[in-house]
Amino acid sequence: MSDAIPVNPVAMAVFIFFFLLVTVVGFFAARWKRGDLTQLHEWGLGGRQFGVVISWFLVGGDFYTAYTVIAVPALVYSVGAYGFFALPYTIIVYPFVFAVMPKLWQIAHTKNHITAADYVQGEYGGKWFPGAVALTGIVATMPYIALQLVGMQVVIKGLGVTGEMPLIVAFVILAFYTYTSGLRAPAMIAFVKDIMIYIVVIAAVWLIPARLGGYAHVFDAADTYFKAKGGATGIILKPTQFTAYASLALGSALAAFMYPHTMTAVLSSSSAATVRKNAIFLPAYTLLLGLIALLGYMAIAAGIHVKSASDVVPTLFGTLFPSWFVGFAAAAIAISALVPAAIMSIGAANLFTRNLWRPIVSPNMSSSAEASTAKIVSLAVKFGALLFIVFLPTQYAIDLQLLGGVWILQIFPAIVFSLYTRRLNTPGLFLGWLVGIVLGTGMAISQGLKPVFALHLGDATYPLYIGLIALAANIVVTFVVSVVTPKRASVSA
Amino acid sequence: MPYKSCADAKPPIPVSTTHNLGDLLKTTAPAGRSWLWLILLIPYIALLWLPFYNDTHPSFAGFPFFYWYQLLWVPLTSLLIYVVYRGLK
Repeated sequence: MSDAIPVNPVAMAVFIFFFLLVTVVGFFAARWKRGDLTQLHEWGLGGRQFGVVISWFLVGGDFYTAYTVIAVPALVYSVGAYGFFALPYTIIVYPFVFAVMPKLWQIAHTKNHITAADYVQGEYGGKWFPGAVALTGIVATMPYIALQLVGMQVVIKGLGVTGEMPLIVAFVILAFYTYTSGLRAPAMIAFVKDIMIYIVVIAAVWLIPARLGGYAHVFDAADTYFKAKGGATGIILKPTQFTAYASLALGSALAAFMYPHTMTAVLSSSSAATVRKNAIFLPAYTLLLGLIALLGYMAIAAGIHVKSASDVVPTLFGTLFPSWFVGFAAAAIAISALVPAAIMSIGAANLFTRNLWRPIVSPNMSSSAEASTAKIVSLAVKFGALLFIVFLPTQYAIDLQLLGGVWILQIFPAIVFSLYTRRLNTPGLFLGWLVGIVLGTGMAISQGLKPVFALHLGDATYPLYIGLIALAANIVVTFVVSVVTPKRASVSA
Repeated sequence: MPYKSCADAKPPIPVSTTHNLGDLLKTTAPAGRSWLWLILLIPYIALLWLPFYNDTHPSFAGFPFFYWYQLLWVPLTSLLIYVVYRGLK
């Protein structure tokens, strides 16, 4: 495939129209459900007033990102069934959300916590461990934002536009309406984004197989292709991939709602019941994700060849769809990058302001100073991600995002176990966190930055997700140290 | 799943808005219904034990078993969560 695809004016016009639409929506959002945007819980949590419908669009728009739409079909296109672990992952995440997140919401609401690290501070006091939790969230989120840019870059390239300029323009616009409107901007844009993505995917999974001779033929073509390709590929798993598949699904599910962006979306709900109801309704997006993943096989059946697997979806659409729909689909994916990128930068900014800047540098900050600091940090975070993508190889962002998943999982005991037991204390959690981070990073590096480590138990070998192995070590250390050290001192205000 | 009592909640970090402790108490589940929570484990077993579904047969509407089985667990999981939600109300 040549890099120089001619720019189609119809596709481009449709793309620009929708992009301008969400820009207007983004700025208008400041006036929606009007609140005092000089307060952090208004700017950074939308005033904690989003009901079931808004929350459903917001969490869905936040959790199923542009990078997912690009990367999942790319992995399925490259290796087959193994790439489907995203499906069990985004199913089993919801029983967890239902059981755990409403409890966290309730405490956060009562004590006016805005971040996960606020909760840890509220439970255990001190500033260094909550600071470590905040830092983990920020560091894990930065490459994730960068990957949203990668998703956007891929679709812009698919439209035939070269150079970094469109990406920079799109991101600068995003940065400014997030600065002005806070969480209200992605919440409102999420409606547009999710509806567009549903339209694109339903049209794609309806029309493409019909063009390619039906689903049975699509799977047959993929089967033939992988048999010829060989290796650890195929339309079902090799028995040696079972533990890797299951542990990636489980580990990702446990990590998913530890991220600042998902946490922010959950805490912006209007009640614990809202969170619970959404755990019932959010799997609708998982159905969508499963269908998106199948685009990888459809590309194989359509005989698509790409240099980089991440070009699979734009190339497939460009080959099979009329140009106005290509523009619409590209806009849908690009907007899918904006919603999570906005929420990620807000989540990271909240963490930085509340749990690093305030306790360590400026303890007597007024609440409006807090909000204006967070706004500026949200700009800094986005420009950091932009510079990263423009000047460094994309692979760095992918590698760091993988490590970020391992790291964010290490705050799980502090957040989740603390909801159910009072036996843990700061030394235990801090040491467990440290062991998890060091062990996880070490293992990932030893595997050449691959997510899976082959664990030898007796004669058998079990490839397991590194994040989960590190979490197991973390949990053991956390409990052992918590038992042998004095009970947690009570926090006094 | 045992719920920790909220009466021993620690004082919050200083905040400017008022909050409602009564809300906290509402989350405490009735102890007699705690078995309901076990229902939430079913999707984990169904999806994490690969020998259950790593097969192409029986296929359905052109989808090999591996695919339609996992897709089927999406609505099933919603349904199970709904059952727990209703049961705990």
